[in-house]
Order: sequence, then structure tokens, then C-alpha cells
Amino acid sequence: MIQSLKRRESTLAKSEKQLEILSNGLFEEGDLPTFKQKISESDQFPLRPKTLEILQINVGYMCNQVCKHCHVDAGPDRKEIMTRETMEQCLKVIKNTSAHTLDLTGGAPEMNPNFRWFVEEASKIGVKDFIVRSNLTIIRSNKKYHDLPEFFKKHNIHVVSSMPHWTKGKTDSQRGNGVFDQSIESLKSLNEIGYGIEGSGLKLDLVYNPSGAFLPASQSSLEADFKHALKEDFGIQFNNLFAIVNLPISRFLDYLIASDNYEDYMYALVEAYNPATVANVMCTNTLSVSWDGYLYDCDFNQMLELPVKSKVKHISDYQESELQNREIAISQHCYGCTAGAGSSCQGSVS
Amino acid sequence: MQKTYYDPADLKKFGKITEWNEELGNKFFDYYNSVFAEGELTAREKSLIALAVAHTIQCPYCIDAYTGDGLTRGITKGEMMEALHVAAAIRGGASLVHGVQMMNKVNKLEM
Repeated sequence: MIQSLKRRESTLAKSEKQLEILSNGLFEEGDLPTFKQKISESDQFPLRPKTLEILQINVGYMCNQVCKHCHVDAGPDRKEIMTRETMEQCLKVIKNTSAHTLDLTGGAPEMNPNFRWFVEEASKIGVKDFIVRSNLTIIRSNKKYHDLPEFFKKHNIHVVSSMPHWTKGKTDSQRGNGVFDQSIESLKSLNEIGYGIEGSGLKLDLVYNPSGAFLPASQSSLEADFKHALKEDFGIQFNNLFAIVNLPISRFLDYLIASDNYEDYMYALVEAYNPATVANVMCTNTLSVSWDGYLYDCDFNQMLELPVKSKVKHISDYQESELQNREIAISQHCYGCTAGAGSSCQGSVS
Repeated sequence: MQKTYYDPADLKKFGKITEWNEELGNKFFDYYNSVFAEGELTAREKSLIALAVAHTIQCPYCIDAYTGDGLTRGITKGEMMEALHVAAAIRGGASLVHGVQMMNKVNKLEM
């Protein structure tokens, strides 16, 4: 198993180094327009939030997997875990927020020792759409996680899980050896109790990230291919597929540079820029909370340590009206969310 | 003069073909885009056909473009290679089937 960039003490583990790469070279020399220049062409700078719909909480960077493309640089060696105190601060906000969706992510969120308590408490508040981003293999990784499907069902959790391909080779090359087989087993166990089955009311969505230096094709065509192949080969069903572009940060940036794909990928992202997506990118309706309670425009800005441009910086000081007036922090990684049909944690945006 | 006949960066400039003849260039690209749209064949099937043809005509730009296009569509290495073998089989078969002409000629001329 590979180690996180942080554990390897890679220079790319530092967010300022990533931001430097994203601002220099092609963009500094004028070969490609910066994201600010690009959105200014259609008078969309500065980017500002609309109504808050989604509160995305990252409960920790620890994960049982070390995926090659991970923008979190998550892995078993990451020790950043949200404390119960910060979770309590989040619960206060969940009670009063106008957001209709609560989205728990990680790492593997289930590895936070207070994960189940947090889900139980948040469920009592009555969130309309309660998402847990589960990597699937966590369910099979240890006996103590085997009952997660039932736990999810009990709390009517909307399960969203990564699956880069319907074949073993492509999946394992991105997410690690053995991940495909374990994911299939977990999907079967979720299907068995109703997840992804039409009419059950239990939602199971899959996330597709390309397993290499290329952009995804249309979400609808990929969804059709996934549905056909998973049903045909394994009898597995799911609701929707979200096609998400890999953003050039963290381990994916490391991969792009190491494989000499960085410049071509940035050209591809800029060429695929679609101004129609800008108004609906996820930072306009989402707030991201880090494991230590700080607020960000999105999970990617969290990893780049680009905080919200607001006097409210932490969940303990949360004031929604104040945050709604902020300017969204941008850099060249934002091209990943405006390519083609657009990309967000909820899939395409246009 | 450039040192190589092909430059990968030229593929990105394909659209500039319209600059020297806008009408015909635009007609070509309109036609091209229509051809590759979903039809009775899926866009995925068309991508594989394009990949096979690209190898048959040995166009490096097309090979580059349709290998990348296939990856975005989730086409596997196995599917790509099978498509190439179809191209190779037809191409090889096209040579070999002319052997019948050779045999006919030999049979006619020899006692």
C-alpha cells in the first residue's frame, strides 16, 4: 500500500506548493488564462454563493484505502480526526441551517470513533437528505464495520460510494489491489437490504472518477454503461452515477506531474471550460467544514487550505447570513468543476 | 522547416482549418459532429470504430484523439485491442484475398 504524500514528506503535501504550481508555468507565462480571467470574460467574477443547500462535513482524513487520485491525501497514516466537541458545534449549526442536505465525507468517515454517535444525533434533527460518502471496502475491512449497511438503513442514510469502473483492472489500478472485489461484495450487501432498489426509498449512488489523466464522458452515458455492466456481471443495482472530474491537486497532481501529464491535463481542462456551469458550481450552494471545524468554500479548497473569505472562519462562530456575503476563493484547480457538463460532489451541474 | 512531420500540439489546432476556408471548414465540422452523435449506433460504438479506422489509416492525430476519447467513455484496454484486431484482420485479409487473383492468374497461365 502506498503512503500519503504527508507521510512521505513530499513537497506536494504542502498546499502552498500546490497553489504555486497551479499559478506558475502555463498560467504565469500566459499560455493559458487563469480561472479568474476566464470567468471574468463572462462577467462572473467574483464568484458569490447563492442559497446554502449543502453542508459538507469532513470528519477526518483517516482512510483504509490509499487511492492514487485522492484529493484529500487520505490514508491509514492520517491522524486528523474530528473531535466530539467539534461535532457538537456542527450539530448546533445543523439545527439552524437552511441547508437541506448534510454530506459526511472523509477519508473513510466511518473510521471516526464518534461517527455513529454523530449520525444518530444528526438524524434526530431531521435532515432532508443525509449523505454518507462510504468507500464500500470499509464495510468488509473489519468485523466491527460489517453491520454498516443496517446502520445506514436505520438512519435512512443516502449512501454515495466511489466506483471508477465496472471492471476490476481499472478499479484496482486507481484504488488499490482487491478494492474491486470488496466493493462488489459491499454493494451486494447494500442491495440485499434494499439500497439502490427501485421503490425501497434507500438511495445508493455511485461516483465515477476517471482512472487516469482524462476527463469523464457524459454522465448519462456512463451511468447507462455502469448499470448495464454491474447488473449483467454481478446482479447489482444502484440509483444514480455522479461523474466527477479529478481536480489537479494533492495526489492527483502528484500523479499528473510524475506521469508528465500535467500540462496536457490543464490544457484539456481549460479547453473543456463551459461558462454555463459557473453559476451552478458546488461552492455556490455548499459549505465545507474541515475535521478541525474550519470553513471552506468546498472540499478542494479545504485541502488547499484556502479558507472562506469571511470574518466567520470556524463552525463555532457560524453565522449563515455573514457567510452568504463572501467572495468565493478560486484558483486554477477550479477549472475541474467547469469542464464540460461541470463537476461537483453531486455530479454534473448543467 | 520543422524537424518532424507530426507535432502532437497540432491536433489542438485542427479547428483552425476553418481560417483558410470558413464555409467548407464549418461544413466539415458540422458533418463530423453529426456523425459522432448518438444514433442507431451509440457514441461509444462509434468511438471504437473511429479508433480502428485511425489505426487502419495510421493517422497519429486520430489515434491520439480516439484513444483518449475511448478512455473518457470507460472503454477498456481489452475492447480497444479487440477493435484494433478487427482493423488488422480486415487489412490483412484485404492483402490475402487478392491471393485469389494471383491464384487465378497462375492457374490460367500454368499448364
